[in-house]
Amino acid sequence: MRVYLDHNATTPLHPEVLAAMLPYLTHRFGNASSLHAWGQEARSAVERARTTVARALGSGDKDTLVFTAGGTEADNLALQGVAAAAQARGRHLILSAVEHHAVLHAAAHLARRGFEVTHLLVDGQGLLDPDELRRAIRPDTILVSLMHGNNETGVLFPVAEAGRICRERGVPLHTDAVQSFGKLPVDVEALGVSLLSLSAHKLGGPKGVGALFVRRGTDMQPLLHGGAQERSRRAGTENVAGAVGFARATELMLQEQAGAARRLRDLRDRLEGGLMAALAGVLRNGHPGQRLPHATSLAFAGVEADSLVLALDLEGIAASSGAACSSGSVELSHVLTAMGLPQERVAGSVRFSLGRDTTPDEIEYVLAMLPPIVERMRRVNAGRSAAAGASA
Amino acid sequence: MIPGTDGKVVAAMSGGVDSAVAAALLVREGLPVVGITLRVWPSLRPVQADARFDSCCSPAAVEDARGVAAQLGIPHYVLNYEAEFDREVIQYFTDAYLAGETPNPCVPCNSRLKFGSLLTRARGWGAERVATGHYARIQRDPGTGRYQLRRAVDSRKDQSYFLYILTQEQLAAARFPVGHLTKEETRRIAGELGLAVAGKPDSQEICFAPGDYRAYLRQRVGDALVPGTIRDTGGAVRGRHPGVAFYTVGQRRGLGIGGHEALYVIDLDPATNEVIVGQDRDLWTREVDLERVNLIAIEALTAPRRVLAKIRYAQAPAPATMIPLAADAVRLCFEEPQRAVAPGQAAVCYDANDPDLVVGGGTIRRKGGISNRQ
Repeated sequence: MRVYLDHNATTPLHPEVLAAMLPYLTHRFGNASSLHAWGQEARSAVERARTTVARALGSGDKDTLVFTAGGTEADNLALQGVAAAAQARGRHLILSAVEHHAVLHAAAHLARRGFEVTHLLVDGQGLLDPDELRRAIRPDTILVSLMHGNNETGVLFPVAEAGRICRERGVPLHTDAVQSFGKLPVDVEALGVSLLSLSAHKLGGPKGVGALFVRRGTDMQPLLHGGAQERSRRAGTENVAGAVGFARATELMLQEQAGAARRLRDLRDRLEGGLMAALAGVLRNGHPGQRLPHATSLAFAGVEADSLVLALDLEGIAASSGAACSSGSVELSHVLTAMGLPQERVAGSVRFSLGRDTTPDEIEYVLAMLPPIVERMRRVNAGRSAAAGASA
Repeated sequence: MIPGTDGKVVAAMSGGVDSAVAAALLVREGLPVVGITLRVWPSLRPVQADARFDSCCSPAAVEDARGVAAQLGIPHYVLNYEAEFDREVIQYFTDAYLAGETPNPCVPCNSRLKFGSLLTRARGWGAERVATGHYARIQRDPGTGRYQLRRAVDSRKDQSYFLYILTQEQLAAARFPVGHLTKEETRRIAGELGLAVAGKPDSQEICFAPGDYRAYLRQRVGDALVPGTIRDTGGAVRGRHPGVAFYTVGQRRGLGIGGHEALYVIDLDPATNEVIVGQDRDLWTREVDLERVNLIAIEALTAPRRVLAKIRYAQAPAPATMIPLAADAVRLCFEEPQRAVAPGQAAVCYDANDPDLVVGGGTIRRKGGISNRQ
């Protein structure tokens, strides 16, 4: 059996999404900026897609949506674009310490160019106190960036309250909703955000396409310069098939959302409960209620997470130790570390993220396979420590 | 049934041709093989800009190993061993030099990483064995039941010297599939299998400090280098040195001492931080004391034993007698004097009548001093 429980890394392309994209990868190949019929066909497909995704966010104005090459570009455009536009007014940004690297590293890049970045801390359950934000905002603050649902723990931030605080203080709020979009209702009005990042491949869409919602009146400079695409906010020939796929994935997600969340939560809770019942020394990272329904981060005492992930892979089970990283190897999670968890607990933490294709049988398979693997690893590690102790 | 107990073998793949062929031979045997590459880089960059980045376990080597695993159709994983390598190998290496010794970093890399923590992890994955591309052989002694370590068939490539440290438990779990091959045969098999690494040059140097190790020390522990005095055997001051770490017993160059006589480093005194120089005749000795001794062919040394011993990798073994001193200490009495015995180096003993058989080995101790390093 092969069980894929790493949907936070990426999800399989939905067959209906592929079907919707195929014409734009074959005979409907026009450039959306061209004047002729081929171009017009592509243009109308892109704009229909824009309308679909914008509406899914509660925005009736499709032109608030900028298509990008993914979540990372959306985050970078938000931070660097707003910083470039607002630097005459101020050079201070606020983010949480548990943001995705796309936000953290974009901010670090700005910090090297004379911007000042305040990182808000979270508590041991990954929660953010809105009062921390209140205290951190200064007259020269030009942007606040707080993620919606955390990619490692699933913990939700009080973005709506942060939105109210930011509006009172006249500071734009950006949220990275890459993980939450598709699992929870995401509404730019309810959240009160000025900018919001999305990625298509987290919800059954293709890789290489994302979007940034930009509220009207938000000052932002482009990252990429060239043609006037995306209302001069993102130069480059439109990824027509990508936008169409993103929109189709969004429609499918909206049809399923309410039932899917309940189904995923039940499966996730079964996985958590089953593992905690079968094994001693299993701790959940993050607040048990205030989180996304489809994922869990669990710390297994006495094992190394990368070793456990490898052992699971050998049995056909995909999980993740921390965020996926380009080198294919693992660093200690900055999210769990920022929560103040001890290093051994961080090093033993594995993330399981479920998706629309996850079945109860798959969860039972994991519940059958994982506990003996952990027990074996603990036994071997204990034997080695004892041997080391005896020879020392 | 516990999942995954199916005779799996973990193949430690450095990215070179030997470990690639080792993995390939195991696959050919029909064993389920899991390829592992320990990533010990990139936080440690070689000092020289032109230094080879294709040395063992470098980023390019990781990609080579990944490619070989894909060709063999085996799963392959890269484990981040930066911190562990730093602690167990590099720290040992720099500590030894700073203490006036000459280290063998491959020895702890074998005992503590490949057949240490990697073996433990492998067992956690349900594997019983770890295979490497070392040129050496393991056999079980039918009489005593002990696992024997033997020289490789290809004596020019033999690496048993770097493996003398392995315990019985480690040898029981180790496999050296290319130990029965000559290097030419290994390359031929790699070529036949179409492995992309078939023509890769052999690595000769210390993987993390290619070129001049002194430049590496300067970069890594420059602050700990203390200049001191160069004295001769008569006690006369002959010059200054930038740190004992830059010297090895037997070294002639780099002393900066003028005059007609040829002078060599004959001792490095960590207590006084002095480099002692003398003439060639001062470098020769018959007696070499070993500490942290590991015995392989025998369980204990209870009486003097005739062996063939070598005090550095690139040397032919010479007749000597092993004399027990303490639980893990022995004295080697060579029949002929040995030149430039460097404390910190390994001395490895082979059986006098069965010269492929490793009896055991240990770390050369500085004369007149007992190292308190662990």
